[in-house]
Amino acid sequence: MKVLVTGAGSLLLAGVAQQLAERGDEVICFQRRVVEKSHPNIAMFAGDIRDRGSVTEAAIGCDAIIHGAARVGVMGSWEDFYSTNVDGTINILRAATEHQISRLVYVSTPSVAHVGQAIEGDIASPATIGRKHAHYAESKAQAEILALLANSEQLGVVALRPHLVWGPGDTQLVGRIVERARQGRLVMVGSGNALVDSTYIDNAVSAHIAALDSIAPGSRCSGKAYVISNGEPRTVNELMSRICLAAEVEFSPKHIPAVIARNIGSVIERIWPLIRKDEPPITRFVAEQLGTAHWFDQRPAQEDLNWKPQVSLDEGFVRLADWFRSQESF
Amino acid sequence: MSAPSAQLLGEIGLDPSWSHIIDVPSHDGQIHRWHYLDRPGLDNDAPTVLCLHGNPTWSYLWSRLLNELNEKFRVIAPDHLSMGFSEQIGPRRYRDRVADINDFVNALGVSGPIWLVAQDWGGAIAMGYAVAHSERVAGLVLSNTGIAVPSGRKAPRLIQISASGGLHRTITRNTSLFVRGTAYLPGAGLSRQQRQGLVAPYVNRNQRDGIAGFVADVPFNEKHESFGDIAEVAAQLPNLKVPVRLWWGAKDPVFNDDFADDLMKRFTDVQIQRVANSGHLAVLETSIAAFVERTISQARSVEPEEIGAEGSSETLWSRIMNPSRKDTLAIHDGADQSSVTFAELDSRVATFAQALVQRGVEAGQRVAVLVPPSIDLIALVYACWRIGAVTVIADRGLGINGLGRAVKSSRVQHVVGIRSAVVAARTLRWAPRASLIELKSLQNSMQLEGLNQLGRPEPTHEDLAAILFTSGATGPAKGVRYTHGQLGAQRDILQQVYNISDTDSFVAAFAPFALFGPALGITTGLADMDVTSPATLTAKALDDACRATRATMVFASPAALANVLKTASTNLSSLKLVRLVMSAGAPVPIDTLRQMKQLCPDAEMHTPYGMTEVLPVADLSLQQREAVGEGLGVCVGQPVDGCHVKIVAIEGGTTNLPTGECGEVVVSARWMSLGYNRLWLTQQNARFESDGLTWHRTGDVGHLDSDGNLWIEGRVVHMIHGSHGSITPVPLEVVCEKIAGVKRAAAVGIGEKGVQQLVIVLETDQAKEDIAPPHFATQVRESLPDLDVVAIWETKKLPVDIRHNSKIDRTALAQKMQKVLSGRSR
Repeated sequence: MKVLVTGAGSLLLAGVAQQLAERGDEVICFQRRVVEKSHPNIAMFAGDIRDRGSVTEAAIGCDAIIHGAARVGVMGSWEDFYSTNVDGTINILRAATEHQISRLVYVSTPSVAHVGQAIEGDIASPATIGRKHAHYAESKAQAEILALLANSEQLGVVALRPHLVWGPGDTQLVGRIVERARQGRLVMVGSGNALVDSTYIDNAVSAHIAALDSIAPGSRCSGKAYVISNGEPRTVNELMSRICLAAEVEFSPKHIPAVIARNIGSVIERIWPLIRKDEPPITRFVAEQLGTAHWFDQRPAQEDLNWKPQVSLDEGFVRLADWFRSQESF
Repeated sequence: MSAPSAQLLGEIGLDPSWSHIIDVPSHDGQIHRWHYLDRPGLDNDAPTVLCLHGNPTWSYLWSRLLNELNEKFRVIAPDHLSMGFSEQIGPRRYRDRVADINDFVNALGVSGPIWLVAQDWGGAIAMGYAVAHSERVAGLVLSNTGIAVPSGRKAPRLIQISASGGLHRTITRNTSLFVRGTAYLPGAGLSRQQRQGLVAPYVNRNQRDGIAGFVADVPFNEKHESFGDIAEVAAQLPNLKVPVRLWWGAKDPVFNDDFADDLMKRFTDVQIQRVANSGHLAVLETSIAAFVERTISQARSVEPEEIGAEGSSETLWSRIMNPSRKDTLAIHDGADQSSVTFAELDSRVATFAQALVQRGVEAGQRVAVLVPPSIDLIALVYACWRIGAVTVIADRGLGINGLGRAVKSSRVQHVVGIRSAVVAARTLRWAPRASLIELKSLQNSMQLEGLNQLGRPEPTHEDLAAILFTSGATGPAKGVRYTHGQLGAQRDILQQVYNISDTDSFVAAFAPFALFGPALGITTGLADMDVTSPATLTAKALDDACRATRATMVFASPAALANVLKTASTNLSSLKLVRLVMSAGAPVPIDTLRQMKQLCPDAEMHTPYGMTEVLPVADLSLQQREAVGEGLGVCVGQPVDGCHVKIVAIEGGTTNLPTGECGEVVVSARWMSLGYNRLWLTQQNARFESDGLTWHRTGDVGHLDSDGNLWIEGRVVHMIHGSHGSITPVPLEVVCEKIAGVKRAAAVGIGEKGVQQLVIVLETDQAKEDIAPPHFATQVRESLPDLDVVAIWETKKLPVDIRHNSKIDRTALAQKMQKVLSGRSR
């Protein structure tokens, strides 16, 4: 099978590309900056997802697409997010139609259905639109809706929303927690007792490959969105402290009340882009995400995608600790 | 008035496709426009359910029933004229409202039998319709309603105020007080959405016109135009032969228990389910769907008559009168060192019995006995039994509120008690219309020598003798009815299982058990202790009581024994003579029994297993327990002779599961209680017939092992239903309690059934309320390697029942953990 993977610069999609290549699939990695390829089955295609022409060209001869290219974070204008995340997805859908590609896995995010309330044992609810300030979530939501609407008798589309992915090499969650803990700036929103789902990186990778294998026009998962996680929710406190333990840094966060965190978060996410260029320390979304429970019914994903997480949290933390030790020895 | 918008209906939880408008030709010659909700049914042969709301509500009152009732039934709920979203046509008399329903039913072309479900004044209209069209009505389900003000009672004050002169319009029309007040009446409470739904059609004054008219039509005296019409309907109710079931919110300040009693007297086939924690809007606060469905399905089959176990025919008091035991010590009270012989007890029982009769206590009436454990308490209970009165025995172990709720729910005609209890019963309005009899007044009456001087007929063994109360560890305490024969059979099985003979005597540190002493014909000792707190029994008090009675047997709760051990000294000579120690009510730690064995070296340690509804079910000696060893859950021993035990599938199974498989424990025995009191649905759910026996569902889950031992793994309601299957809490707790520093453990599930996550809560010595430190978390997870424990919490004290201080309220704990782990609170 020949698979187009976009956004392969990220830890998750680089892993997906690598796994596909290793099992014998032919992989086209579409990304802005071409890097050295890590496997003979991988071909690099330099291009901009916003450029319809290059997307169409990259998809020539492909059997399937895993679309993960996206603009992330909170920096940037709505136009920036829209052109990459929404237009980019439209380009992918057009390319799929043009080349009669029948399988598409859209890499989404739990924030597309996030309304700030606790989620306890629910299944993935439909993406919602109409947010004013969260450009990333809004653009991803619009794109997910478009992608799932494109599900048809010719094209099977499935959307995966991996929940809090972490693991060795992860700069988003693990990297930021460890860096802050080292600087003594780690903040805990609310009690830290909210139960949240998380996903060990290898499980997130295997879920996308399982989705690729399951998706086809009319298949059980076609036209649907799934939240992906380890299915082992833990308190935010436990997750953070075990990440710190693995990195051998002290875990002593400063607690700030959830309400205050949310308010600070909303102010910061509006002001920060005007004065700074880096990512802000907290956003409203992060404050809500860490202050309220978020765990999901994993049965639909596991049944429909014929997938089970292979690496338990315990095993994941052992691997994370090994990785940190190996980093130090360099 | 225009129809409600789809948006509004959606917001308040109604399917917009249920909302309809119809023009109905009326008996008054005009055409009126009705709004109604109509949920189609899947089974055309099923009867139609017609729901009539009261005042000041509208068809929204039935939103839960519409959403929750089995899909096979068609459910129709109209807004009465001038109410809700139906046409405003001004005030309307009762007689017209009854005829309106007929107009409406005909216009809709409803065919087949109709079940009426009605609340508040909708109930009166439903009764009127049922009387006028009995051929169409298959039955009634009524909730917090009435047809007449019960005798001896004034009209409901709240409505009286609302209907009276000047205030009437202010309350009902000019302000939204009446509408909003109703939505906030005491009870389980409504959600914000439900309150929004209730007030939706009544936002402005003109819309409230109908409410004002409705209230004005409540007849409070004979001069009122509608009085005669309603009285006529009331008079005809006994002719209605259809089943009537009452769903009664007990906290309703308007249509309270008096109205329920009044209705119970008017129908031939009537049953009640009293909903302890709910109020006037019980049909919205609680789920009535299962009740309605059960009512309809039972009415279509022939309801079996209530047949309890026959029990024993030897009276409970016969052994008190045994001439050969005349001078033997009958009861010794360690609190005041008083004693009576059997002859003296006989005399006191007879004297009380006669005095009770003189005070108007009749056979069949319910009597609350509010006397602390003492010779007088025991004498009084036997006196009630002898004259056929039904004793309501609610011990202080339920707590003062629990005691009050128990007395209230029993609808006693008499309260007999010490002064403070009688005052409490009066001021707390536990039994506002009961006669209050002070114990002292009975003591001062003319003395009889013995029961053979009492010229009163004896009750039969089929007559009701007592209402006992469950500990309320899982919801409000439930009243359990026992006949004389069933209590007698309970005495007989205790005698048989524990080899009790004339030469025995016993000390009871658990009041309800002490009552069995005279029935067994043996000397009974009451230890000096605070009965509300079993943990106040000291070793010395127990030893003293044993000395005074030369006790061969001791009965005490696990908490009481624990304190005996804590206060034990070397000088406990009388305990050494005991041959049997029994402890029950809650799981007894094995160490407690081992240590008791040191105090009573010659005694066998026994732990009977059972429940208020059936006791005993099984029995286990310490010796057997040591031999059985460990397993899944807690071993409670083998079923006692004559008690049948089956393990059936949870939620309704009736046939035995294979040995070793876990399911609900169901039992059948001669000494099983008759059933619950004023809890028809609860009773229907708890009892079933199979193999020619009546079975009781215990609500416990467990299994039988290959040796026939019964193992208890928890309560059905405490099972944890995760995505990988269901698990029982006790086996997990047993394992976690082995971790050093853990006093007790509880396993609970959070989230919805089917996706629940497992949380372990540890009770430790130095605990603060928080996530447990990592060393505990690690040990818990290592102890339960096959399960995913999402969080481990540490607490100072697990929530337990008041009576035994040991049954863990896992439901409350699960709610708390759900809240904590949602991030909403610390």
